[in-house]
Amino acid sequence: MCETCGCTITPGNAHLVKADGKLEHTSDGTASIEVLSSLLHENDHQAAHNREHFSRHGVLAVNLMSSPGSGKTALLEATIEALGSEFSIAVVEGDLETENDAERIRAHGVPAVQITTGQACHLDAHMVHDALHEMDLDGVDLLFIENVGNLVCPASFDLGHHANVTLLSVTEGDDKPSKYPVMFRAADLMLLTKSDLLDVLDDFDTAKAERHLRELANPAEVFTLSARRPESLEGWLGWLREAVAAQRAGRELNPSIQPDGAALHSHG
Amino acid sequence: MHELSICQGLLRQVEKVAAENNAKTVELIRLRVGALSGVEPPLLERAFEIARAGTLAAEAELEIEEGPVVVKCQECGASSAVPVNNLVCQYCGEWRVNVTEGEELLLLSLEIET
Repeated sequence: MCETCGCTITPGNAHLVKADGKLEHTSDGTASIEVLSSLLHENDHQAAHNREHFSRHGVLAVNLMSSPGSGKTALLEATIEALGSEFSIAVVEGDLETENDAERIRAHGVPAVQITTGQACHLDAHMVHDALHEMDLDGVDLLFIENVGNLVCPASFDLGHHANVTLLSVTEGDDKPSKYPVMFRAADLMLLTKSDLLDVLDDFDTAKAERHLRELANPAEVFTLSARRPESLEGWLGWLREAVAAQRAGRELNPSIQPDGAALHSHG
Repeated sequence: MHELSICQGLLRQVEKVAAENNAKTVELIRLRVGALSGVEPPLLERAFEIARAGTLAAEAELEIEEGPVVVKCQECGASSAVPVNNLVCQYCGEWRVNVTEGEELLLLSLEIET
């Protein structure tokens, strides 16, 4: 892996950080060292290791991110019910405390490892790596990583997953992408959840939510669905089927976080 | 909160580079933090004051270069500086753009005492 290039250097900003890598001594005895590496270098390194591990096992890893209470676990339960006979599914759950979500998933006959982060507001690649030691990935097609409910910090940490799915429940407000641009910019797919409540909410406009996503230069698909309405899940399930098929065919997906950096990496 | 984890990662990198260069202490750490990086420089500075204790950088100064967000339009090819939550071309209004600056989260350089 790249030790020094810095994953976030793009052709556009490279001129800002040009370095010759030499150690320059100044007259007062101090030395200046050009380093030029990503502050998330340790995490990115572990994430790349995780991604190789997933791909070696033929597993598609999907990172679910949203505010607390937007329905990540309910969506997983409905997804397991719909796809459980088609794919072998496993789940990593992230929360500050409790085993509750992992227990909900296990009740559907799917293996789940709970990560309790204590006070930490996000999962990182090392936590996911540790959780993988408790999980047998042989035969697994689809691994969901349910991140800590938080629209800020999880967006900054690559876990080694293949795609970011960001949920926005219709009870939250359609301007969330504008308020939390870093999170929604990272989305490879946006799901507008709890759509069964749209009938009683007159202040959520799904078209506006999508427009705010486009204003972040994000071309991600958007599906509106409710975990309580199985028929509304078709777009999401179709997206998952395609992604699993792509992974099996060796067309590995990469999350859209810092895509230029990732591109630079693969050619560097 | 995540500024503290990022700071701890930063200090591990700093200590590694410092040790490789036989540093007695680290005097200055230079970073570049883009507006779309998800990291707030003032929070990073406060986390740094806590995290640096007991490291080679215990007395180090943190210098953060903050960068603007710049997008390059896929349609008209123009580059424009934009607000973090409105990444559309300022010339033609197109949203299909590439972010060319603003996502950096970089350790640029160190000054050490040998």
